[in-house]
Amino acid sequence: MAEFSTSLEKPDSRPAGGLAAAMGRPAAQAPTGRAALSIRNLTKTYASGTQALKGVSLDIAEGDFFALLGPNGAGKTTVIGIVMGLVTKTAGTVSVFGHDIDRDHARARKFIGVVPQELNFNIFEKVMDIVVNQGGYYGIPRKVAIERAEEILHPLGLWEKRWEVSRTLSGGMKRRLMIARALVHRPQFLILDEPTAGVDVELRRGMWDYLRSLRESGTTILLTTHYLEEAEQLCKHAAIINHGEIIASGTIKDILARLKSERVTLDLAAPAAQQAAALLAGYRPVVVDPSTVEVEVDEGRGIGPAVVTLQDNDIPVQMVRPKSGRLEEVFLRLTSGNGGAP
Amino acid sequence: MKILRDTWLIFTRSLSIALRNPIWVLIGLMQPILYLALFGPLLAPLTQLQGFPPGDWTNVFVPGLLLQITIFSAFFAGFGLLAELRSGVLERMRVTPMNRMAMFLGRALRDVVLLFTQSLVLVLLALPFGLRVGLFPLVASMILLGLVGLTMASLSYAAALWLKSEDAMAPFLNMVAVPMLLLSGLLLPMSLGPDWLKWISLVSPLTHAVDAMRSLFAGQFDALTVFRGFAVTGVFLAFSLWVATGAFSRSQA
Repeated sequence: MAEFSTSLEKPDSRPAGGLAAAMGRPAAQAPTGRAALSIRNLTKTYASGTQALKGVSLDIAEGDFFALLGPNGAGKTTVIGIVMGLVTKTAGTVSVFGHDIDRDHARARKFIGVVPQELNFNIFEKVMDIVVNQGGYYGIPRKVAIERAEEILHPLGLWEKRWEVSRTLSGGMKRRLMIARALVHRPQFLILDEPTAGVDVELRRGMWDYLRSLRESGTTILLTTHYLEEAEQLCKHAAIINHGEIIASGTIKDILARLKSERVTLDLAAPAAQQAAALLAGYRPVVVDPSTVEVEVDEGRGIGPAVVTLQDNDIPVQMVRPKSGRLEEVFLRLTSGNGGAP
Repeated sequence: MKILRDTWLIFTRSLSIALRNPIWVLIGLMQPILYLALFGPLLAPLTQLQGFPPGDWTNVFVPGLLLQITIFSAFFAGFGLLAELRSGVLERMRVTPMNRMAMFLGRALRDVVLLFTQSLVLVLLALPFGLRVGLFPLVASMILLGLVGLTMASLSYAAALWLKSEDAMAPFLNMVAVPMLLLSGLLLPMSLGPDWLKWISLVSPLTHAVDAMRSLFAGQFDALTVFRGFAVTGVFLAFSLWVATGAFSRSQA
């Protein structure tokens, strides 16, 4: 499917002014160090008694692309729900660009744009109406909202579809419509909840490009995703939440540095996995099938000597590949209950 | 003012969605039309009974039918909100700085506009049956009907947010609407009933609205009855707005 690559224009092919102009900001804004989102000791206990958050503290700097990662039920949605004002917190404080979401909720909400995971527009409304009405909800005059809709719908490849009822759009277009709608009031802080869930690889890559250009235009982005490769590709900082607590946070690089060893898959040219496993005993091998063996490579050791050992014993290696993404590896180890020691 | 702007925005959005299927507005008229054509003529002999309000049966029956439309349209408007709740449309609005009262007021005003349309069609259809009503009483009746519609729709939206399910909503609304329908004398004037029933009927705010509208339609303007109808409806409306605003503000996990 070539839908995204043909219809989503890259930043350099946008109408005059580009995305930065569409977002009402000068291009290539540098992070200021100001906190876009500041969360302190956030707790949430639902009426059922479930303690969803146990003192979460988090800072996201202005201009950052931040990933909030965690398994299902870890507390990601609760955090986002509280920031958006959909969930009442039990204790703690949340401020968006310095505006407390309790004391100054109207102003705090003006800073936030939300792209939820589920499609949540009226499928019988036209694309233009959905975007323009959303602007109205933020107090933007209709005329201005229409102008902004044009600026946003063009780069998202939806301008030609503006008078079509949204239910006639393809799945990818609906996803882009969600982004367009979230941008019409020019939020400085964009929350993306699983924005690429269920979309194909090509479309996802196209959306990554668009999200990168959004960040370059100065928008702070908070991303939750199950695709850890997505977080690794897009984000500079990340936090991993599990059982309502932040168990790791920092730059993606710092988090990856916690990986003291990595699982690597060796595809052999011949069905000699048993012999290979015997030769690589120091690498904690696991035979996957007669031609495949998995080994664990400790930090600083490298896979090179293992490959040389096999070749010296007439077991040629066809391919060496990581078993999973590195961030995924850290994530799995941190959230699998082994004490958070990767 | 922000609330007026937000209300207008929700009103126009809701109305444009409703008008995509205008046929349903007319289909909603079928029940009162059937009542008018098939049940109304049965009342003609009753006009001679002691206690039956003065005037033609149409002047007694049509105001009741108008309020019946109100119950069966505005009071059941919450079902539409359930669909928006389920699809996340309401949640999308709630993350914006939009005024919470405007979120249901705009929808309720849309319901009132549709109610006006249905009411005017019904009045026109009642003319061949002998209905005669002056312009001022008709306008005053429509205003009262609008206030009742706003009240009913607001309560219905609050109930939708409270119950969050069609399965619970249908029996709940019927549980409230049917006693209101019977006690308010919509179909037959309460003046025909025994004293104990008349006293009980005073509990229903709709009773006073029905009495006021019948007084207006009869052309024998009883100022006290009309004032009471507006006053009770006004208090009921204020209460429903308070309940609905609370429901929209508190609807959080």
